[in-house]
Amino acid sequence: MSETGITGFGGYIPRRRIHRQAIAEAHSWAIPGLKGLGRGERSFCGHDEDVVTMAVAAARFAMAGTTDATVQSLLLASTTLPFADRQNSTLVGEALGLSEDLHTADVCGSQRAGTSALLQALRASSGSPSVVIASEQGFSKPGSVRELTSGDGAAAVLLGGENIVARLLGSHTVSRDLVDHYRSTGSNVDYMLEERWIRDEGYLKIIPDTVQRLFSKTGVVGEAINHFVVPVVAVRTAQQIARACGIEATAVADNLQGQCGDTGAAHALLMLVNTLHLAQPGDKILVLGFGQGCDALLFEATPAIDRAEHFRSIQDELNKGSADSNYMRFLSHNGAIEMDWGIRAERDTRTALSALYRNRSTFTGFVGGRCTACETVQFPKTKLCVNPDCNKPDTQVEEAFRDKTGHIKSFTEDWLGHSVSPPFMYGAVRFEGKASLMMELADFDPGQVKAGDAVCMSFRIKDKDAVRDFRRYFWKAVPARSSVDSSSEGE
Amino acid sequence: MASGIKDKVAIIGMGCSRFGERWDCNAEDLMHEAYTECLADAGIETPQVEAAWLGLCYDEQSMSKSAMSLPQALRLANVPVTRVENLCATGSEALRGAAYAVAAGACDIALAMGVEKLKDTGFGGLPGRSMGTFDDQWLPGMTAPGSFAQICTSYSEKYDIPMPELKQAMAHVSWKSHENGALNPKAHLRNRVTEEKVLNAPMIAYPLGMFDCCGVSDGAACAIVTTPEKARQMGKQHDLVSIKSMQLALSNGAEMFYDSWDGSYAMTAEIASQKAYREAGISDPGEALDLVEVHDCFSITELITMEDLGLSERGAACRDIMDGKYDREGAVPCNIDGGLKCFGHPLGATGLRMVYEIYQQIHGRAGDRQLTNVRQGLTHNLGGFPNRNVCSVAIVGRHDMH
Repeated sequence: MSETGITGFGGYIPRRRIHRQAIAEAHSWAIPGLKGLGRGERSFCGHDEDVVTMAVAAARFAMAGTTDATVQSLLLASTTLPFADRQNSTLVGEALGLSEDLHTADVCGSQRAGTSALLQALRASSGSPSVVIASEQGFSKPGSVRELTSGDGAAAVLLGGENIVARLLGSHTVSRDLVDHYRSTGSNVDYMLEERWIRDEGYLKIIPDTVQRLFSKTGVVGEAINHFVVPVVAVRTAQQIARACGIEATAVADNLQGQCGDTGAAHALLMLVNTLHLAQPGDKILVLGFGQGCDALLFEATPAIDRAEHFRSIQDELNKGSADSNYMRFLSHNGAIEMDWGIRAERDTRTALSALYRNRSTFTGFVGGRCTACETVQFPKTKLCVNPDCNKPDTQVEEAFRDKTGHIKSFTEDWLGHSVSPPFMYGAVRFEGKASLMMELADFDPGQVKAGDAVCMSFRIKDKDAVRDFRRYFWKAVPARSSVDSSSEGE
Repeated sequence: MASGIKDKVAIIGMGCSRFGERWDCNAEDLMHEAYTECLADAGIETPQVEAAWLGLCYDEQSMSKSAMSLPQALRLANVPVTRVENLCATGSEALRGAAYAVAAGACDIALAMGVEKLKDTGFGGLPGRSMGTFDDQWLPGMTAPGSFAQICTSYSEKYDIPMPELKQAMAHVSWKSHENGALNPKAHLRNRVTEEKVLNAPMIAYPLGMFDCCGVSDGAACAIVTTPEKARQMGKQHDLVSIKSMQLALSNGAEMFYDSWDGSYAMTAEIASQKAYREAGISDPGEALDLVEVHDCFSITELITMEDLGLSERGAACRDIMDGKYDREGAVPCNIDGGLKCFGHPLGATGLRMVYEIYQQIHGRAGDRQLTNVRQGLTHNLGGFPNRNVCSVAIVGRHDMH
């Protein structure tokens, strides 16, 4: 059995951020104590983002430069998957354009779903490429601590046998049913227990127990750990945990509270991805997942960690954010309040699932056509070439649009058309090969779009069908900087 | 080459309801209102109508999907009735069906009726429509203003005309239509507006403000057609109006999916108008047309249509508009009845409402807005979106023109 390790990594943090102070101020009339948490900003999904779309974005960064067809397994970890019964990881695999000869599974049920999925994949892999994605969109009650401390985001790691940047030295898991918080099936929000109890009985006992057992298995000692990935909100608590494990406080990795927040089941992997960008060859990285016990994974960076610069960094994701103090928008995007969008919004958005199925490579995979007679690139792929000077039948081969860069030809900001994030923005986008597409624009602010702007493709929620509780996805044009990292191309 | 429709069909009667927010009416009542006027004008009785075409676009809003509403509302004599729908050209399609039937000799007298009742949706603007099970899954749910607004950005870029300058010309278009509409008792909007008010209106879809957009209204219009020979037999000797051409061009996907069209004009309008001029034997439209009724769903649409129809040179519409070429006193008065801007746009009725204005002008019955010496005019509809549309161009004129 050949060695398997981390060969690629990436993370995605939504562009939308809110200043925590705005949340705390909105609640100051009732819960003035939240003021102490009112520092920094947290990320949250735009109206057209969810666990699936963030997962696709993170995996595309992690897989930049790999041959997609070789991936044989895809695990998606989350506790906030949009579908309870429709395998989300299969959908993600199709959006990534992976072969259907693919092992897929959703890994759920705990805050350590991300580390558990990573551990499973590392154990199962025999050197063939696989992808592990952790993605989380946290919902919280207005006025809760989680509303301030959590954030939305996703992380992905590519595993394989070649160009390993970090290898697994060992792992250990302790399963112990401590209910620090829970969310019952059918509920949207967490029920939280007292933080002091969680700290003293949970973090400071379960984590050291797990880490000590891992250390005795591997013969590594706490002082040897260069990066301690412990997804805990309070930095002081993280440092206490480090001390209890014999690890230097300086090794505690950035928990991304400053601009993102705690992304739950995705957070250990998101912190790991950020750490990989800082690691030097030989560095030892201890990654923890906490929840009804603890997963501990010990990695060592290889000389190939120099390749980190080829992957888009978490810092870039943090920096692309656009923070404001609009608490009402935050609530609306999170579904915490129901806005009156008027009668126009009542339009039926039923999806014909039989049509989705037969056209899924078109809609999910964003695969169009290229005419082999005249080389015209076109979307969608059709029987007859669209070039008026060609129009030949059956000449088109598949041409994926996912990784294309386009340029805005014309656009509008539409205040009449229904969008839960007005104005509804769309425009014509031209691509190399004479393709032209009318596309929805995302991640642009009003007044920001210009003709000629470069855009990348981003998998997003197209419509939500409230009547049937369904959502459909398609690709949108986003500013070139926030999709595929240009520095990862050409690898 | 086909000989075309020129002078093979005469219009012997027309009617048009008052357009507006007709809270008092069902679609059937609107049809009846237009038909009563039309029947009296033609001087015939209902049993003489041998076939009918019903233009109705948003069937779910006003009436059922079939043609049934028309014969039932007018108690037609169990004749063939066909419902047609072709977006904003729906009314023109009804007329085309009736005219072709007469020209083919399938019947002597045919009725074309267009109607739409839009004001039962509960909100402003046109109702949203499904684009079908395929396109709904990927195309943005565009609105009409959002799609036509994009002409502005493309046009401004292509001709290097700064947006404020383009907006000024667009404002003149809307100002002019309101000046005309104010004189028309059948128009929905009869108020005058200043260009300044147009320019400062709330934004609907950048850069189209509220006064760049036409209204939404209820209305019906209809025509009774026959052959010129039959018309003469019926005693209609003077001022006989005949159809000179009826052309239609539809996008085949090139504008939408193939990057050769620059978004600054309507490709189909150029094609349909050239064919229409050929069919009518017109070489210089600016000289031959005494008035034009064009599809000013948005001010920018009227602006580019002046170029698409060959009335303005490419890139020169702004200048011509500001020079007053298309005003009431100008060389080619455009939308003398107030246009879609003041009539609103009940899709099924619009094309026929345009023909009605030219017909009334030729007969000298246009009241305060009557032009002098009107021989022939053109109607133009642009339906759908600029990148995927249907364009109809029709020319009607005096039958005794050479």
